[in-house]
Amino acid sequence: MSFLNFLISGISLGSIYAIIALGYTMVYGIAKMLNFAHGDVIMVGAYICFYAVFSFELPPIVGILMAIAVCTVLGIVIEKLAYKPLRSAPSLAVLITAIGVSYFLQNAAQLLWTSSPKVFPRFFNFGGQASVSFFGGQLSVSWTTIITIITCIIIMLALTWFTGKTKRGKAMRACSEDKGAAQLMGINVDATISMTFAIGSGLAAIAGVLLCSAYPTLVPTTGSMPGIKAFTAAVFGGIGSIPGALLGGLLLGIIEIMAKAYISTQLSDAIVFAVLIIVLLVKPAGLLGKRVNEKV
Amino acid sequence: MALLAVNNINVYYGAIHAIKDVSFHVDEGEIVTLIGANGAGKSTTLQTVSGLLRSKTGSITFEDKNISNTAAHKLVTHGLAQVPDGRRIFLQMTVRENLEMGAFTQPAANVERDIETVFEYFPRLKEREKQIAGTLSGGEQQMLAMGRALMSNPKLLMLDEPSMGLAPILVEQIFEIIQNLHKNGTTILLVEQNAQAALSIADRAYVLETGKIIMSGTGEELLKSPEIKKAYLGG
Repeated sequence: MSFLNFLISGISLGSIYAIIALGYTMVYGIAKMLNFAHGDVIMVGAYICFYAVFSFELPPIVGILMAIAVCTVLGIVIEKLAYKPLRSAPSLAVLITAIGVSYFLQNAAQLLWTSSPKVFPRFFNFGGQASVSFFGGQLSVSWTTIITIITCIIIMLALTWFTGKTKRGKAMRACSEDKGAAQLMGINVDATISMTFAIGSGLAAIAGVLLCSAYPTLVPTTGSMPGIKAFTAAVFGGIGSIPGALLGGLLLGIIEIMAKAYISTQLSDAIVFAVLIIVLLVKPAGLLGKRVNEKV
Repeated sequence: MALLAVNNINVYYGAIHAIKDVSFHVDEGEIVTLIGANGAGKSTTLQTVSGLLRSKTGSITFEDKNISNTAAHKLVTHGLAQVPDGRRIFLQMTVRENLEMGAFTQPAANVERDIETVFEYFPRLKEREKQIAGTLSGGEQQMLAMGRALMSNPKLLMLDEPSMGLAPILVEQIFEIIQNLHKNGTTILLVEQNAQAALSIADRAYVLETGKIIMSGTGEELLKSPEIKKAYLGG
């Protein structure tokens, strides 16, 4: 049973990584840039939700919606102010800017909310219970875990539907393949990039709430390590690929929890990154990443 | 009335002066071709018309509206469509999705009907409807690029080297389709290296050389011109 327990925790952690990784991968797909500030948007979302629920005593669902709204706007603003002016700049300049935005957000959070840790409330209690038991109490799964996994599934289905069936979603894929050609179709590329940042940042807010529900210590640097892990997950699965982000996130979460459980807590991150290195040696484009050969 | 009028445009790539004082016009119902060798500035000219590049001087008018500074994505709604150099279809999307992207500015109600029209011109695309565009052959990709441009119901269709890299039999097919489109009322601006093929279907033609227009005339005139024969027709 303990194996099953670890597996479920791994899937749950992996679901959070996957939701964050989606933001990285979608933005990379369309803007061909690594938005290293993405992890810090998670932190902002968690703080917004925390204060909405704690200081303003709003119901958790309102707090979550507020976090999504604020992060969506934050994503659009970051793109407009920091990245858009660099659209045709060398990628190194964009990368450095992204790191700068990341530090800016962390320091702004420290200024606004101080660096003393906040204890994130437990939202997900149903019928007074924080968890449910299966197999006559042998397996206990927290509601947070269940909701995290369900949320991840819903987000994946919604994004698959969005990019596969809707006009805007298809336009997003078109832009990520060829911006010039997309413009010739009448697609507003700037608006599409903006929309992608909005979606990614909104998802980051959800990830922030889920992350802090599972690991309730909230500090201004809360987002950075999960951000880096999720970035790794995105690369692992094949950056630019939405199913890749899911697969990479889940595998990363499972490997991390299993390594912690069976090998060593201290070495778990090293093991995760070692697996990444091995995968990239064998499949440089990631598990589901493809290299498209153009016909001439 | 000129449908498209390009007046004295100058385009630069950094310090390189790629297009020098180019002027030409396309009247409604015409097939006009720009011919010239590799690097003469044909594609640059076309991309400037479609708004992907900007001219430092002069003006571009379409239906008497100045479009020199109109964003590329807005030009489609004015009735300009371009089949770009190298086709640039969306390789990871299906044939159908590519066509849907072509109809991005069109009301959803017309899309089905327009896809059927495109399939009439290119029956091969109907067979490949669900296939990923990257798996198509070069000729099929060219057809898809043309079909995709037609989805916006353009008044002016601009084609950039549609014959590039295609077997002679396919080139013939593509040119036949261009003539059909023209018969059905689409005005055409054709950029080609294949001067023979282009001139034989064109009403009028312009010859570009190192960024300048060095000659113009009817297709027939240019086909007979000794200089053109020598430089572009291999004889």
